[in-house]
Amino acid sequence: MNMTTISAEELQTASGRRLRSSLARWMFLLASAVTILISGLIIWTIASEAWTFASQVAADQLQTIGWFPRRGMFDIGTLILNSAQIAIVSMIVAVPSGLGAAIYLSEYAHPRVRRIMKPTLELLASVPSVVLGVFAISFITPVVLSKFFDEINFFNKLAAGIGVGLLVIPLIASISEDALRAVPRDLREASAGLGARKATTAIRVVIPAALSGLMAAIIVGFSRAIGETMVVTIASGGGDTSLFETSIKESGGTVTSAMAALGLGTDQVAGNDLAFQSLYFLGALLFIITLVMNMLGNLIVRRMQERY
Amino acid sequence: MVETNNLNESAREEKKTTISLSPTISSMATRGDESTADPSAAEVIFDVEKLDAFYGDFKALSNVSLQVYKSQVTAFIGPSGCGKSTFLRCFNRMNDLIEGARVEGTIKYRGADLYDEEVDPVEVRRRIGMVFQKPNPFPKSIFENVAYGPRLSGLKKSKLAETVEKSLRRSALWDEVKDRLSASAYGLSGGQQQRLCIARAIAVQPDVVLMDEPCSALDPIATARIEELITELKSEYTIVIVTHNMQQAARMSDQTAFFSVALDSHGSRTGELVEFDKTETIFTNPNDSRTEAYITGRVG
Repeated sequence: MNMTTISAEELQTASGRRLRSSLARWMFLLASAVTILISGLIIWTIASEAWTFASQVAADQLQTIGWFPRRGMFDIGTLILNSAQIAIVSMIVAVPSGLGAAIYLSEYAHPRVRRIMKPTLELLASVPSVVLGVFAISFITPVVLSKFFDEINFFNKLAAGIGVGLLVIPLIASISEDALRAVPRDLREASAGLGARKATTAIRVVIPAALSGLMAAIIVGFSRAIGETMVVTIASGGGDTSLFETSIKESGGTVTSAMAALGLGTDQVAGNDLAFQSLYFLGALLFIITLVMNMLGNLIVRRMQERY
Repeated sequence: MVETNNLNESAREEKKTTISLSPTISSMATRGDESTADPSAAEVIFDVEKLDAFYGDFKALSNVSLQVYKSQVTAFIGPSGCGKSTFLRCFNRMNDLIEGARVEGTIKYRGADLYDEEVDPVEVRRRIGMVFQKPNPFPKSIFENVAYGPRLSGLKKSKLAETVEKSLRRSALWDEVKDRLSASAYGLSGGQQQRLCIARAIAVQPDVVLMDEPCSALDPIATARIEELITELKSEYTIVIVTHNMQQAARMSDQTAFFSVALDSHGSRTGELVEFDKTETIFTNPNDSRTEAYITGRVG
């Protein structure tokens, strides 16, 4: 039998190339290690300062008439209530229209319409939040809300919630649209082939199949809403202090706007005592809220999802 | 053996209901020996005349005329790109879903022009069901897959379980899935999934079932089971099947249409109907030399 033989060396990598490829491997490893390290540092800083606050604050300081860090009144309930109210209002605004826009784009829109609308939507997502904050106090409150309510504070949580909602719509719409479009065309055809109308197919087949992506969109939207600072600070009058107030027609600071005020140090006593540490405590709180939301979302998705 | 008995029982049952639904069928005595029956004596379900199909400016199919007869299996064969799937999808207006798709010419379904402006494609698809190339069950339970169509047409909840069972028996899947109806359809094998899709299609009691290469994604054993099933089903349904597999067409069908690709002067490929006849004739004594070349394996 005739056979062309080669030496084993011909099949070996040149040593220079081997070195380069292992170098590349280490560089990528380093890059990912840096991100993890930074995240770890952030968590460590927040957690340790938050712990200082939690261990030193007296229980009666946490239940007072409001959030007055300078005067040692840290009624966190006030901030959480305001944050929750604004986030809920923003979700009421953003979820129906965000999902609606996504369903329209993925199921109904002509490809040409989608080609224009999708990038426009994504552009909208990059409007700076300060612009929306100003929009809220110059338009939403004086022009819109004053028509519906006789008495409404110039700074109010409702306007802030609507402003945040507008900010979140494109985010939810864009992620949802991706999720809906990822549902295989096969399934739509199967449904149409059985005599389902477009709306029926969307509701009974496409949406259930895309559920995990839609939930993700809503969770991302909610996290964005609860973490939003600028719109809230401007529109809801969230300065360094807020009195406990349940009405959304009144002003009120949120977890984030209180953090911004503390961080800015407009306070004469910034850095003094527990006021400074309360900043970190709020940060930890925000972190936990977002984390819990994510876990809750995952749980719901696992229960309801139809995997394709 | 047990399974076969079940099948026959439910088949008889179904036959009765079908007959009571459309009295015209009972007058047709062609069942059982259709392949040798004179097609001109059979009831025409689809009458296609000079049909052209387009995707935008691209002409996919040119000047097709043929008839599909009741309770027969009509097979479309031909090389890739000959427009046979496009043609099939004209029968239930599935091509409407594709942007820019349109037809010229007429397809009459039981005398009614399918492409008349007044016709609602959704109504058409409730009567003319479809099974696709790749098994495409919904990401739902086995039960919900079959129940999907009946639910759409507003079947009472109390009747749903019965309909699902009947359809699954009819598609020879019942014994394999009866203990796990609430399990996901995605846990089934490819062949089982395709039989589930057939069950799903017949659960709405369609008049016609269109099948677009239903076995092309399956192994030979699963294919044999589906073929057996199709032969069973033709007693109740008119079946139109697109297939790549000539033996399959020869084994199962009563009528065969051979499509081919013609190149026009611009080099654009357009599908055309070469020959349409009884399956026996197509495979033993074709009229057209192109048909002969294709079925003997010299081309395609």
